[in-house]
Amino acid sequence: MSIEVLLRELGKGMLISVEIFAGTLLFSLPLGLIVAFGRMSKFALPRLITKIYISIMRGTPLMLQLLVVYFGPYYLFGVRISSSYRIIAVLIGFSINYAAYFAEIYRGGIESISEGQYEAAKVLGYSKNQTFFRIVFPQVVKRIIPPVTNEVITLVKDTSLAYSLAVVEMFTAAKQIAASQTSMVPFLAAGIFYYVFNLLVALGMEAFEKKLSYYH
Amino acid sequence: MSLLEIKNIRKSFGDNEVLKDISLKVEKGEVLAVIGPSGSGKSTLLRCATKLETYDAGEIIYEGSFGLVFQNFNLFPHYTVMKNITDAPLRVQKREKDEVFKEARELLLKMGLSDKEDAYPYQLSGGQQQRVSIARALAMNPDILFFDEPTSALDPELTGEILKVIKALAAEHMTMVIVTHEMQFAKNVSDYVIFMENGYIVTQGTPTEVFDSANPRIRDFLGKLNAE
Ligand SMILES: Nc1ncnc2c1ncn2[C@@H]1O[C@H](COP(=O)(O)OP(=O)(O)O)[C@@H](O)[C@H]1O
Ligand SMILES: [Mg+2]
Repeated sequence: MSIEVLLRELGKGMLISVEIFAGTLLFSLPLGLIVAFGRMSKFALPRLITKIYISIMRGTPLMLQLLVVYFGPYYLFGVRISSSYRIIAVLIGFSINYAAYFAEIYRGGIESISEGQYEAAKVLGYSKNQTFFRIVFPQVVKRIIPPVTNEVITLVKDTSLAYSLAVVEMFTAAKQIAASQTSMVPFLAAGIFYYVFNLLVALGMEAFEKKLSYYH
Repeated sequence: MSLLEIKNIRKSFGDNEVLKDISLKVEKGEVLAVIGPSGSGKSTLLRCATKLETYDAGEIIYEGSFGLVFQNFNLFPHYTVMKNITDAPLRVQKREKDEVFKEARELLLKMGLSDKEDAYPYQLSGGQQQRVSIARALAMNPDILFFDEPTSALDPELTGEILKVIKALAAEHMTMVIVTHEMQFAKNVSDYVIFMENGYIVTQGTPTEVFDSANPRIRDFLGKLNAE
C-alpha cells in the first residue's frame, strides 16, 4: 500500500472523527443547558427527571449507551435499522451523554453567580431572559472554560468508541490498515492525529480563555 | 406629593417577624434617613420597598420609579463602566443611544469618573465602584433612590467620597431613602429620620428631634456608636 492510499484511508477516518466531535459539541452544548435548567427548576418533576438522566448517563459506559441508541429502536419498536442510522446513532449517543456532563458544569457555573447580580438586574428592570443572557450567562461561560476544556479533550479521545457501532472513524481505520499491512505505521499516524487534534483543541480553548480575561 | 407610601407592612422569615407594622411616607425632594441597630429590619424594609422581597401584609404605593444602590455595589463585572451605566437605559428603557451616552458622560463627570469610562469594575477602588453604581442607578432617572448602607463595604478613608456625592444629590433635591450607620452624615443630609429597632419604628422626626431625643433606646444606640 502506497503512502498516498494509507493517508487517504486514514483521512476518511479522520473526517468521521472530526464529524463526531463537532456534531457532538453542536448538539450537547445547548442540550446540556436545557438539562441544567431542568436540574435547577423550581418544580420537582423536571428536577427528578434530569437528576435520573444525569445519573444514568454518568453511571453507565458510553459504549453501552451507543449500543442502546443503535439497537433500541429495533428491540423496542421492531423498527428495521438501516446502516446509515449508524452515524446518527453515534451522534445521538454522544450528544445525550456529553449533555449530561455539560449540564452539571453549567449548573455549577450558574450557581456560582452571586444573588447580587440577579438583584441588581431586577431593580434595573431587566427581564428574566435579559438577566440570564446578558448578565449571568457571559459570566458563567468564563468560569466554566476549564472544566469544559477537560470534557472536550476527553471527547476527542472518546470519538474512537464509535467503532462499537462499526463506524469507521480514525482509530478503526488505522486498525484495519495495520492488520492488512502488518505495520505499526497506521497506529503511529493515528496517535499523531489524536495528539495534534487535542493540541489544537487545547490551544483554541486557551485562546478563548485569554479572550475572556479582560475582566475578573 | 408622596412619591412613596408604605402602609402597615409586615414581614416574617419563618417564625422571625422582621417588620412589624411599618408605615412611612416619602415626599418628593425629601431625604429620609433610616437608622437603627443591626438586625432591626432596615435592609428588609428597603428590599420590600424595592420589590426584591415580598411582604406578608400591608401595602406599598408608588408614585413613580425607583433605583437602589447596594452595600456591595453589585456592578456587572463583564461590562465596562460605561456599559454598566448605559445598558439598562438602552435595553430596558429602550432610549436613544446618543441621549443615553450623553447623560452617562454627564453622570460620570459628576461622579469624578470621566477618565474611567472604559475601565472594568475590578480595576476600580471600592469608592469608585460605588460611584459607578450610583451613576448606574441615576441613569434610569428614578424618582426615588434607595441606598442600603452605601459606605459599609468601604475602607473608612473612602466613605467620604460617597457621602459627598450623596450630599450633592440632596442639594439637587433628589428624593432619597438612605439606610446608614454614619450618624453625623444622617443628621446633616436628611430632612427626616426614622429610628428602627426589632422591626418597629421606635421614633421618627426631624434630625434634631431624633438625635436629641430623650428616648432611652435612641440614647443607648447613639451612645454605643460613639463608644466604638
Ligand atoms: N432572607 C432572609 N432569610 C431569613 N432571615 C432573614 C433574611 N433576611 C434578613 N433576615 C433576618 O431579618 C432580620 C433583619 O435583618 P435586616 O433587615 O438585614 O436588618 P438590618 O439591615 O437592620 O441589619 C435579621 O434577624 C435577619 O437575620
Ligand atoms: Mg442591613
